[in-house]
Amino acid sequence: MSIFEYNGSALVAMVGKNCFAIASDRRLGVQLQTIATDFQRIFKIHDKLFLGLSGLGSDTQTLHQRLVFRHKLYQLREERDMKPETFASLVSAVLYEKRFGPYFCQPVIAGLGDDDKPFICTMDSIGAKELAKDFVVAGTASESLYGACESMFKPDMEADELFETISQALLSSVDRDCLSGWGGHVYVVTPTEVTERTLKGRMD
Amino acid sequence: MKRIDFSGLESPASFCGADSDLCESFLKTPSFQLPDTLDFDGFQKEAIQMVKPAKGTTTLAFIFKEGVIVAADSRASMGGYISSQSVKKIIEINPHMLGTMAGGAADCQFWHRNLGIKCRLHELANKRRISVTGASKLLANILYSYRGMGLSVGTMIAGWDEKGPGLYYVDSEGGRLKGNRFSVGSGSPYAYGVLDSGYRYDMSIEEAAELARRSIYHATFRDGASGGTASVYYVGPDGWKKLSGDDVGELHYKYYPVGPAVVEQEMAEISIA
Repeated sequence: MSIFEYNGSALVAMVGKNCFAIASDRRLGVQLQTIATDFQRIFKIHDKLFLGLSGLGSDTQTLHQRLVFRHKLYQLREERDMKPETFASLVSAVLYEKRFGPYFCQPVIAGLGDDDKPFICTMDSIGAKELAKDFVVAGTASESLYGACESMFKPDMEADELFETISQALLSSVDRDCLSGWGGHVYVVTPTEVTERTLKGRMD
Repeated sequence: MKRIDFSGLESPASFCGADSDLCESFLKTPSFQLPDTLDFDGFQKEAIQMVKPAKGTTTLAFIFKEGVIVAADSRASMGGYISSQSVKKIIEINPHMLGTMAGGAADCQFWHRNLGIKCRLHELANKRRISVTGASKLLANILYSYRGMGLSVGTMIAGWDEKGPGLYYVDSEGGRLKGNRFSVGSGSPYAYGVLDSGYRYDMSIEEAAELARRSIYHATFRDGASGGTASVYYVGPDGWKKLSGDDVGELHYKYYPVGPAVVEQEMAEISIA
C-alpha cells in the first residue's frame, strides 16, 4: 500500500477558451474506510489562481498553509498577486526542499495569467513540473481520469461546456475507483467570475 | 505430477443403474493437478496474487419469524480498481437454498456450483431435499480438505428445510457455525452495526427486507470496497424469492434527500433613518 493512496483522492484541471476549471472528489478515507465526505483539496490562492493537492490528507493541509504563507510574504513585498507560472516555481521549490523526505502530495496548479491566458500544470511530490495545454489529472483515480479526459476533452470550450465536461469526466472516473468519489467540488474560473459548485455523486 | 487423494471423502452410497460411468464422474470430488515444484508454498504465494479479485464485499443473512433474509452488495474490485458493479453475490443453489459469496470470486462460484450438484444428487438418491445442515457440512468438508492451499471463501448457506429455516456460516479456514444472524466481508462491521441495533425476531417480511437493505446501504457508504446494488432475497416455506435490487447511488438520496443549499447569511441594505 502506497502512502499516496492512504486517504484516496481524484483531482483534475482543464483549459477552456479564456477560462479554466479545476475539480476534485470529496472523500477522505483511511484506506477502505470512509471518514468524511466533505473534504476540501482545492484551495484558492487568489481570484485567478487555484491549487489542488492530491495524496495524503495531512500533507495536503500542511503544504497548503506553507504556500499561503509564502504567497502572503510575496504580496507584501511586491504589492501584487503571483502569476501562475511564478507560483508553480514556488511550489516546485518548496517541494524540493524536502527532497529526501517529501510531502506525499501531487499538486495541480491552475490559473489565469497575463491577458487572462489559462495556465495548468502538475508536479510529482518532489517538484518536477509538467506543463500541459489541455488537461492534467492526479490522485488514486488518475488512470480512469486520463481515459475520461482523453475522450471527452475538446479545445476552446466555453465556461458552461467546460463545467459539464469536467464534471462528467470526474464523476465517471471516480465510479471506477474504490478510494475516491462521494461527490465532487468544481471551480470554473473566467476573467470576470469564479463559480463554485458541489456535485451530487454516487455515495458508494 | 502429484495429485491429492480425496477418495476418503467420497460417499459410499451408489444409486446409479445403467450409466454408472457418467454418475461416477459427478459423484467424485474433483481432484486438481498440483504444480510440479519443490517450493510449493512459495509458488502458491505468487499464484494466489494473480487470481484474487472480489476482495471487498458486504453480505448478510438472518433468521426471523417468517423465514430467512439474505442480502448482498454487487461490487467486485481488484486493489483500488472497481472491476464490476453488477456481480451476483447471492447464488441460487436450489429453489429452497441460497449461498452468499465473499472472498475469491472463482472459488465461491465453483464450489457453490459443485455444492448444487451434490445437493441435487442427494435429492435423487434419497427422494427428499437435503437439509441446510447437511448441505453446509458438505461444503465445509470440501473446504477443510483444501485448508492451507489458498482457497478464499466466506459464505453463508441459508434455506428452508423440514426443520424450518436454517442458516450456517462456512469459511475456507474450515469454520462452520450455526446462527441466527451473520454478516461476512470487508463491509460486515458496518452492516452488523445497523443489523444488530434494528433486529427483532418478530419482524414482518417488509420490515426485515428494509433492515437488510439499510444494513447493506450503510456498509456500501462507509466501505470503499462495497457498492453497486443492494439485493435482498427472502426464503420462506415455499422457497426463495428475490424481493428487491436497488441501485445504491439512488438509495442514498432516497434515505437522505438533498434540498437546495441554504444561504447562511445574506447582505441586506440598512435603511438609514
